[in-house]
Amino acid sequence: MSHAKQGRPEAPSTLEIRNLKRDYTLRSGFARTTLHAVSDVSFTLEPGRTVALVGESGSGKSTVARIISRLENATGGQVLLDGVQAPNRGRALERYRSKVQMVFQDPFASLNPFHTILHHVERPLKIHNPHLSKKEITARAHELLERVQLTPSSRYADRRPHELSGGQRQRVAIARALAPGATYIVADEPVSMLDVSIRLGVLNLLADLQRSEGLGVLYITHDLATARHFSDEIMVMYRGAIVERGEPDSVILNPQHEYTRTLLDAAADPDRLGQLKAEVRAEGSFR
Amino acid sequence: MADNTSPEVPVRTGPTPTSTLAAIRIAKTDRTRRPLPRISGKLLTGIIIVVVISLFGILAPFFVQDPRFSGNDALLPPGDGHILGTTKLGYDVFAQLAWGTRGSLFVGVVAGGLALLLAILFGVLAGYFGGVLDEVLTLITNIMLVIPGLPLVMVIAAYVQHTEGLGAFARSSLLVAIVLGITGWAGSAVVLRATAKSLRMRDYVAAARVAGEKPLRVIFVEILPNLVPLLAAQLIFGVIFAILGEAGLSYLGLGPTGSITLGTMLNDAQTGQAVGSQAWWWFVPPGALIALLGTGLSLINFAIDEVVNPKLRLAPQAARNQRKARRAGRSVSENGAIA
Ligand SMILES: Nc1ncnc2c1ncn2[C@@H]1O[C@H](COP(=O)(O)OP(=O)(O)OP(=O)(O)O)[C@@H](O)[C@H]1O
Ligand SMILES: [Mg+2]
Repeated sequence: MSHAKQGRPEAPSTLEIRNLKRDYTLRSGFARTTLHAVSDVSFTLEPGRTVALVGESGSGKSTVARIISRLENATGGQVLLDGVQAPNRGRALERYRSKVQMVFQDPFASLNPFHTILHHVERPLKIHNPHLSKKEITARAHELLERVQLTPSSRYADRRPHELSGGQRQRVAIARALAPGATYIVADEPVSMLDVSIRLGVLNLLADLQRSEGLGVLYITHDLATARHFSDEIMVMYRGAIVERGEPDSVILNPQHEYTRTLLDAAADPDRLGQLKAEVRAEGSFR
Repeated sequence: MADNTSPEVPVRTGPTPTSTLAAIRIAKTDRTRRPLPRISGKLLTGIIIVVVISLFGILAPFFVQDPRFSGNDALLPPGDGHILGTTKLGYDVFAQLAWGTRGSLFVGVVAGGLALLLAILFGVLAGYFGGVLDEVLTLITNIMLVIPGLPLVMVIAAYVQHTEGLGAFARSSLLVAIVLGITGWAGSAVVLRATAKSLRMRDYVAAARVAGEKPLRVIFVEILPNLVPLLAAQLIFGVIFAILGEAGLSYLGLGPTGSITLGTMLNDAQTGQAVGSQAWWWFVPPGALIALLGTGLSLINFAIDEVVNPKLRLAPQAARNQRKARRAGRSVSENGAIA
């Protein structure tokens, strides 16, 4: 469970993505074309490690995320949780989801406008802990809200998403992802829709939780700077395939692939770098 | 040190300018903030008409004479004792009107509700699940859609009314309501299917699935609540369709002859040659009530439509702005002329 320290299973857990492939068939009139959104992606997530997946728009990052969280089926390849093929339905899928969760890109879209904040956190708690009483569920939901720094939780519990700021909404989304007691979190550009000034706060929260819970995080982003700061490994994705991977520093300081260099060049701007450094210092050291 | 300049936002998919995204966002939150339509003149008029008629239909029958009491003089014009006169058979028209309103409302609500249920069943399930289920359900919907409505209702109504062994049920308003409900859902189903299909792609639906919600719960707890304005519009549309349909059927003699509705009143008036004997008090009140009820419900529907479809809401505002601008322009030019 997310709120308490929990012993990890003896055999080291892994979430392995092997030769993932996803084609989309595009139809326009009678013509059909095949789009290879993801052509060959392999990597492994482990508890306690953050892996960054970087790439330009349309390179297939979200598709990978959606396949890992079983929102979509792969055309080929495998997703293996502790060596077992990720299921598609039924109780097995429910168990898989209690281990693998996702934080969506747009907190303005990923919370249901109709439901309260408490509902969003209580539901996954209830689904994955059917034996708990209603009181315990509510208590745990409040604990989770406090964990994502929505304090005091009672101030937020009964509000609806539109009454919260983008950063606060994304914290709710993170609490919801933690609720089932997940070991792996896929965070698909978790801060790209947020105001620049609050991005670091949310990323620091994710990093804190990652460390204290020993989570395995797949951090999807466009932003090489935060990828370098927050991850143990960077993978660069280009047109559906991973073209470069390695230690953050080596990928960024000594890029091997042409595309990585282009990304870095496109991002080069000393002004903003200085600004980010200052922000990082202001937020305190996080790694 | 890594050096990513551009924050992640400007590199978003495609050429959509951020300002449009922001506008969409605002429109969205705006809608969630006001789940009910703002009280406009249209809505208020509609609500008043419908509430008054409904109260009349619900309460008045308790206070009037037995609508089938034929001891009164026949064809009395409106006057003392009988505010709306009497029919050829000596029934009190006001009593008939009270009961008829109740009967019509009953048919409307039952048929509208049934049609909405069927529309949800066919439309939302098809849109949400897609695949083979979608193909089958959409096929059925399309078949229902292309069969012309009233003739179908007439055939079914005529058929069931002559089925042996139904007894009083064969001529009851409940049966007519069921027939109208079963034939009147297809249009709504098409609308609901399209909406469910687009909502299925929403992040909050995906997030609910990732959280572990089961499909039916996703539909009924995550999707349907956000469709309430649309469902309300469809329900009202169904009620209008049913009330008018019942009136039409009754006029043709296929209505619930065992009960009293506004439609059966018109039918009685027609067979009793009310027009020929110039007994206007017999057919004008039910006709006017049907028209009013239809108007009131339509007004409410328009108001809801404006909420569901923000473009419509902005339309009158744009017209107003234009008018204002024109007026301002004129006054400026007038001032100019004076100066
Ligand atoms: N349901 C779909 N049907 C058809 N094509 C799709 C679908 N989903 C994604 N694609 C296509 O697959 C490609 C990869 O999309 P994806 O969303 O994974 O990119 P991304 O790397 O997440 O981009 P971004 O950084 O903009 O989020 C794109 O070309 C996209 O148009
Ligand atoms: Mg994406």
